[in-house]
Parts: sequence; C-alpha cells; structure tokens
Amino acid sequence: MFDKKILEEVRRLKESYDASVEKTIVKRPERRESFTTGGGIPLKRLYTPLDIEGVDYERDLGVPGSYPYTRGVQPTQYRGRFWTMRQYAGFATAEDSNRRYRMLMEQGTMGLSVAFDLPTQIGYDSDHPMAAGEVGKVGVAIDSLADMEILFNQIPLDKVSTSMTINAPSSVLLAMYIGVAEKQGVSMEQLSGTIQNDILKEYIARGTYIFPPKPSMRLITNIFDFCSRNVPKWNTISISGYHIREAGSTAVQEVAFTLADGIAYVEAAIKAGLDPNVFGKRLSFFFNAHNDFIEEIAKFRAARRLWAKILKDRFDVTDPKALSLRFHTQTGGCTLTAQQPENNIARVTIQALAAVLGGTQSLHTNSMDEALALPTEKSVRIALKTQQIIAHESGVCNTVDPVAGSYAIESLTNEIEDQAMAYISKIDEMGGMMSAIEKGYVQKQIQDAAYDYQLSIEENDRIVVGVNKFTVEEEKGTLQLLKVDESVGTNQAKKLKELRESRDNIAVNNALDKIRETAKDEGANLMPAILDAVRCYTTEGEICGILREEFGEYKENIVL
Amino acid sequence: MSDRKIRVVVAKPGLDGHDRGAKVIARALRDAGMEVIYTGLRQTVDQIVDTAIQEDVDAIGISILSGAHHHYFKAIIEGLAEKDAKDIIVFGGGVIPEADIPSLTEMGAGAIFGPGTPTSTCATWLKEAVAKKREAE
Repeated sequence: MFDKKILEEVRRLKESYDASVEKTIVKRPERRESFTTGGGIPLKRLYTPLDIEGVDYERDLGVPGSYPYTRGVQPTQYRGRFWTMRQYAGFATAEDSNRRYRMLMEQGTMGLSVAFDLPTQIGYDSDHPMAAGEVGKVGVAIDSLADMEILFNQIPLDKVSTSMTINAPSSVLLAMYIGVAEKQGVSMEQLSGTIQNDILKEYIARGTYIFPPKPSMRLITNIFDFCSRNVPKWNTISISGYHIREAGSTAVQEVAFTLADGIAYVEAAIKAGLDPNVFGKRLSFFFNAHNDFIEEIAKFRAARRLWAKILKDRFDVTDPKALSLRFHTQTGGCTLTAQQPENNIARVTIQALAAVLGGTQSLHTNSMDEALALPTEKSVRIALKTQQIIAHESGVCNTVDPVAGSYAIESLTNEIEDQAMAYISKIDEMGGMMSAIEKGYVQKQIQDAAYDYQLSIEENDRIVVGVNKFTVEEEKGTLQLLKVDESVGTNQAKKLKELRESRDNIAVNNALDKIRETAKDEGANLMPAILDAVRCYTTEGEICGILREEFGEYKENIVL
Repeated sequence: MSDRKIRVVVAKPGLDGHDRGAKVIARALRDAGMEVIYTGLRQTVDQIVDTAIQEDVDAIGISILSGAHHHYFKAIIEGLAEKDAKDIIVFGGGVIPEADIPSLTEMGAGAIFGPGTPTSTCATWLKEAVAKKREAE
C-alpha cells in the first residue's frame, strides 16, 4: 500500500524511535512488561505503515458495499440509515411483554426482539413438570398461537421487523408468527425479521437444544427451503457467536467457531439441494461486543472479510448479497458487574461504539442491572438512549468506516483473520464442526479460555473496575429490580387447560398425526404440517413432543 | 474428623443452559484439592439429590441464572431432608439479586455467591463449612 521509498523512511524513523524509547523506559518503566488485547493477542508498542506493508488496498479492504466487505456491507453505511436499534425483551406473560414492546416502540426502537422463557425454548408447555419454576422467568411464555396473538396485539407485522431468539423449536415459533400475521391480514411475503435457528451453538455454548444434530439440521434446512419459497424477506438463521463469547471464548474463537458453524449450515443446505447464491442472502450473523475496543472493531472487520472469502473460495458463491456478512450485535452480558451497576452504562457505551465502528446492521445494548436480574423499564430506556446518543451525537456515523487505515486496526484485523482461519482449518481436519463438537474440542477450547479469564481477574492481571480494583463499600439492594411473579406459571397452566377444552381437538390430533408422518420421511419438509398444526391451536409442547418421539433427544457430552 | 478429600456436586438444575459459571467453579474447586462431580445440564431435583447421596458428597453447589433460584433451592433442600441427608451442605451462585439471599439462607442454603465473587472465596468458605460439619459428626 506504500511506496518502497516511503517505507524505507518509516523503517529508519521507527529504528531511531526504538532506540530512543529504550532510554525512556529505563527512566520511566511501562505499566506492564507486555501488553495484549483482551483475547491475548500481543500488542506492539507502536504500529506503523510497516505493519501493514503487505496489505493490498483493493484485495484486502476495497470500498464499502463490495468484496471483501472489510469496510462494510452498505456502500453508504450509516449515512443512509442507522442500524436497527433492537432491544431484546420479553418476560412473564404475553400481555406484560406486549406492553414492554409498545413502550420500546414509543421510545424509538425500530425492531422487536423477542426473548422466550426456557420452557418455550426447549419445547415444553407451561404446565409440563420440567417447566416448574421457570415459566416467564427469562422471557415470555408462549404455548400456542393464542399467546402469540396477545404478544403482537396492536403491533402491525407488516411494519416492524421482529427477531426471535428461538432455536430448537424455531419452526414452531416461526409458524406461530406467520399465523398471527394471517390474522392481521398480513401475508407471509410481507414479513421481515429473523429467527435465530442456530442449533450448533446450542450444543457448544447455550444448552437449549432438544433434538440430536441430524434432525436438528433437517429442521433448519426445511426452514431455509420453506422461507426461500414463501417468506422471502425473512432471515432464516442468525449464526451466533454471541453465546460462544458469553460462554467464555476469546474474540478470535468467537469469529472462528461462528464461521465454522456457518460453513456447516451452508454444507447442509447444499446437501439438501439448495443454492447458496439464494439462501446465502438470508443468512445473518450475531456477534458480541466486549470491552477491548480496538480488538472488537478489528474482529467485526475480520469476520466480514473472512466470511466473504470462505463463500467465494469454498462454495463458489458469486451473488454480492450472499457474500456479504450482515450481523446483529449485542453488548457483552458477562462483562457487566453486579458491583457498582451504574458503571455498566459506561461499559455498554464503549461496546456499542465498537459495534458501530465495526459496521453492525442491528444492535442491542444491555441494561445496567442485568448482572442481577432482567432489566427494569428505566434501565432499558437508558440502554436504548445510549444507542441514540451514539447515532445522533457522536458524529461517528457521518463517514463510512472512519477507523480504516489505522495501522493498529488494520494489523489486528489481519491477525484476527489469520488466527480464526487457523482454528477453522483445525476444525476442517477434524471432519467439520459437527465432529469437532462431538469430540468436545470446541467446548474445551471455550472452557479453557473462560477459566483463564477468571484466573486473570483473581490474580489481578486483568482489572475489572469495582470488582478487583476501585471497590467501594456499597449500599445493598438500592437498585430497583424487576421481579416476575410466581403466579405467571399457574395462570399459564390455567389458560392451557381452557385452550385444550375449547379448541377443535379432532383437528389437533389430525395435525399431530400429519407431523409424525412427515417426520418419518427424511426428504419431506416439516414446515407446512407444523403451520397447519399451529393454526388450529396445537400447542408448542404437543408438536415438540411428537418430534421428540420421532427424533429422540440430544444428550450432552460433558467435557471439563 | 477425617482427612477424606472434600467431595462436592456442582449442579445445574432445571432448563438453564448457561454453564460457564458451573464449569469454572467445578475446575476451581478441583484445583483447590476437592473431588468434584459435575452433573451437566437439565437435572431434575431428584437426580441432583440422588447423585449427592450416592456419591456421598459433603456439599452441593447449585448454579442458576434463570431466576428460578427460589424454586430449586427449596426443592433440593427439602429433597435432601426427605432422604435423611440434611447434613449435605447446599450453597450456590449465579444471577441472584442481593435481596433474595436472606430468604435462600433461611431455607437452609449455606451461602450464595453473586457475580464477581472470586472462586477462592468460595473454596475457602466451603473448606471451613465442611470442617465444621465434620467436627460436629
């Protein structure tokens, strides 16, 4: 990128700097013997053009909106429109969550993001014994289309885009969403949004799986296929590094394992006869943003470039829309501290800014009280305002990719890409992601990183303000926290009983028989049968129950 | 009083899949010289109580981030009492609001360690609690 003569000059300058800096260090030693990023990548004292000597501008950076998308997927990025400010929310009943969504929309949120409770995420109805104590706790309880109708009451589904954090039973919840839209007079073609639908990271990091990998992959490719024909604007998967990072991975591992999952999905879809140039456009990603500002920015840029290269080189993808990695970002839940929770507002600001400088398409900012409970309305509002301040006041959105060309950022972008690629090659050697998960390799890598992180805090090698340094004696319990009432569970059970008595149970049984029959035929698409079942108010637990009988359940491979 | 190694079950009850904390504490307790049995995800109350009794452990550490802590602590503590295993120490951690701790200790939880607690604090507490328990036996 630089003239040879200029580089010679820089080399000379750098050498004289290195010589003179030694004297400075003797007089005034540096804070630590060596510096690294949060993920352990060694950092130089000073980056210069010499560190990006091999960078070819056109090949490695290019312009925004074109291959390899290092500088962003949109030609004008945030000069055209800001990212979607999408706050993840859901708790207690459909009524409670509906109220929260409408509040968020009044406050300027542009897309909904639904958090489901654990029984819903694992395919149990609220009255199942395994659901005891969990109904409505970490998200909203949805048992049937009846609950979904309340959840989206007075929310026009042709106007908002909705992201749903649902994986193992994603086909059922997507069917319910389509069902609500039909009731509103909105057709499938008009719907926009995302279902997470990423089962591999459930086995690795998040734990809300139901079925074994093979039928899970079938459900996922069934959705790809169904949506490409019927719900063309829907993002059919959000391949998620977020949970991998929350489970303790480094930034490099987050990129590597997420893209390796992505490769597995592309391979499965191609095997099912789908065209990567078509379904590739409906793949989206979900990343985390932690505190190490420059490492995070570089991470997003590296992920985008690496994915484009993988699709082009491995899968011969040519469609620019399919080559460009679009992603949602959430700030790092596990970086938030229960100590001095107000400090979390500053952490979230740094993380959100990194996501924006990294070129995210959509962002959720965490609330300050999330190390303690689900967020209150007030703390959610502050989190959303943080995004609005970055968008409207910081000025960073007025030019595209303003950090490009920074010697440190470009050098780190290269480094992260190289290290992530090394992991991907290792996973390839192991026979791909599914077999790497079966061997426990991925889980072990993440756990080791998590343990190292914990030790670095306990040894004061890593400072967390308010936790191992700058601590204060705090007044206990001053923060107002959201509490979900235990009555939510009993009320849901009561509603279910009424539903089962009032619906057309012959239609329900027929629909369940149809699902069983379709499940037995590996080549058939399950979506139409699930959609029919949902329409006659078959519950999620009933549908997943049949699929459990047909597919079996996944058993965790414990690695410590 | 015996010199037997401290044995502890680290348990993830219910549907919560966040096991980072459970796995970190399992390793930390092991590194502190204890014998650790990690249950894995989605354990029912009966499974946890039975494992603890069969493995003849000194303590059960429960990790919960799903907000269902009252439900599970109560059920596990009662389950142990029913099977005449009240001497097994129950402690835990996770996303648990400070204000909920008194009611959990009232139920019989020995200690609750919130986010940001050093693993060494937990190990030290457990060693002392087990020593006290064994002295009483």
